[in-house]
Amino acid sequence: MESIRKLMGREAFWGYVFITPILIGFAVFMFYPLIASLYLSLTESDGINPSSFIGLENYTTLMADEEFLNSLKVTLIYVAGTVPLGAILALLVAVLLNQKIRFVNAYRTAFFIPVITSMVAVATVWKWLYNTDYGLINGMLAKMGLYEPPWLASEEWALLSIIIMSIWKGLGFNMVIYLAGLQNISVSLYEAAKIDGANGFQRLFHITIPLLRHTTLFVVIMSIINSFQVFDQVYIMTNGGPADSTSVIVFYIYQNAFLFFKQGYASAMAYILFIIIFIITFIQMKITNRKDVV
Amino acid sequence: MSVKNEAQAGRIDTKTKNRIIRFCVHVMLIAGAITMILPFLWMLSSSLKTTNDMYTFPPTWIPNPVMWENYLYMFQSAPWGVYAWNSLKVSVLVVIGHVIVSAMGAYAFARLKFPGRNVLFIIILATMMIPYHVTMIPTFKILRELGWLNTHWALIIPPLFSAFGLFLLRQFFLGIPKELEEAARIDGASYPRIFVSIILPISLPALTTLAIFTFMTQWNDFLAPLIYINDELLKTLSLGLATFQGTYTTQWNYLMAGSFIVLLPILFIYIFAQRYFIEGVMMSGMKE
Repeated sequence: MESIRKLMGREAFWGYVFITPILIGFAVFMFYPLIASLYLSLTESDGINPSSFIGLENYTTLMADEEFLNSLKVTLIYVAGTVPLGAILALLVAVLLNQKIRFVNAYRTAFFIPVITSMVAVATVWKWLYNTDYGLINGMLAKMGLYEPPWLASEEWALLSIIIMSIWKGLGFNMVIYLAGLQNISVSLYEAAKIDGANGFQRLFHITIPLLRHTTLFVVIMSIINSFQVFDQVYIMTNGGPADSTSVIVFYIYQNAFLFFKQGYASAMAYILFIIIFIITFIQMKITNRKDVV
Repeated sequence: MSVKNEAQAGRIDTKTKNRIIRFCVHVMLIAGAITMILPFLWMLSSSLKTTNDMYTFPPTWIPNPVMWENYLYMFQSAPWGVYAWNSLKVSVLVVIGHVIVSAMGAYAFARLKFPGRNVLFIIILATMMIPYHVTMIPTFKILRELGWLNTHWALIIPPLFSAFGLFLLRQFFLGIPKELEEAARIDGASYPRIFVSIILPISLPALTTLAIFTFMTQWNDFLAPLIYINDELLKTLSLGLATFQGTYTTQWNYLMAGSFIVLLPILFIYIFAQRYFIEGVMMSGMKE
């Protein structure tokens, strides 16, 4: 022990000692599973009997699996439905909260509460809000004499219902990131613009939004990555139904892996999800053209 | 508004204009805040209604009579106390382990020089974009081999190792002045000693942020308990609520009471630790 310490010097020795726990953890729960999962995706495996190597068959089967293609489509609609609107609303709320007004803390808390709460619990609450017979939402719509949508009960409305709920849940998260971005914009810029006679909207579109483009890029990319992995609210609110209209990709992976015991097949799907997310992250890095964080 | 200002006609215009703008801002924010809070009020109100009261249309807001018994009945119909204890136990142990593992790693990556440091850090950081579901199935198999399926080990051990925690603390440690350490080095303090008696105490805010954020993530986690836990008495609150929903599909008043029980502890912590929640989110925004 002492000789190793002398050989590499005290500092390096302790460096390796300190990173040992996290390295072992990553080896066991990240790097090994990453490779095992890739191998698994090339096998037929029910998780109980020995698996047999079948090459790329899982991937070719997937390309013709209507349920999988449907889950990709549903996920893409979910991403397209939540990400842009979620980002725009978060920016709007952040800009409003960045004014010198009273009760800022109370407002911020209201928007942030959904972020910290359990998705399972709020999804349960929203399921009851959306109840077509006795729910609050249709109750209010009825009072106003408006159309009462069938929400979670219909193929046309179920995914939209989940999208609305998810925007509500995630708004505060992006709002906080935007608020942090707004604090980096120098007040003198706004004052100069004011002197030049720019009104509030001009300041928003010519100063705030352009200067927040890095924040926006980050918010959008992170939202896309998270939205591709949506699961909890689907499991609780619709269980993928009605008629697979909310069966997102992670839900289909979960079903295959743990209900149908097709672990090889599920791994192939997970890798396709990984590739999609990898491409998005790669695009982000290209756009920001960042120097690495180290 | 003072008389002096009224005399200056031009200023009045901008002042009134500012007032109108501020009024509009408040209206928009109040509308938004109500939308955010309404579901929680509806949950509370529903949880205190009689079953008859639940099924009236259009719905009413004030429960009459107020059924505190719903909570009693709910506690009798499923082992909520056990769920809550399990959630607390798992979350607290993950917080402790995660903070220790992350802090140790972060100290080495931020302050100590050793061959391969930057490469290792970049590799670990790069795993942040890997979706959980890619490693999920092999992790399940590893836990089965270890005999940890359907035990709390399955919920406690894997989340101890995260790139997020490592990154967050490393970022903070990098900002600590080198002089503090050098003075201790001259006094002959070892690296572990510097870590424990200089770095950790100075980093308390960052450690708290990570602890709170980790607690929230674990408390709310659903997928891992869903996959790993079958035993009724080992379930966490999230999973317990999901099971409860499967059994009491139409008893919405009990379901709302259950949801409230799941939310309450986090809301309670938020009251006291607001800034750490917000900082946790801001730090996750700093990955950029």
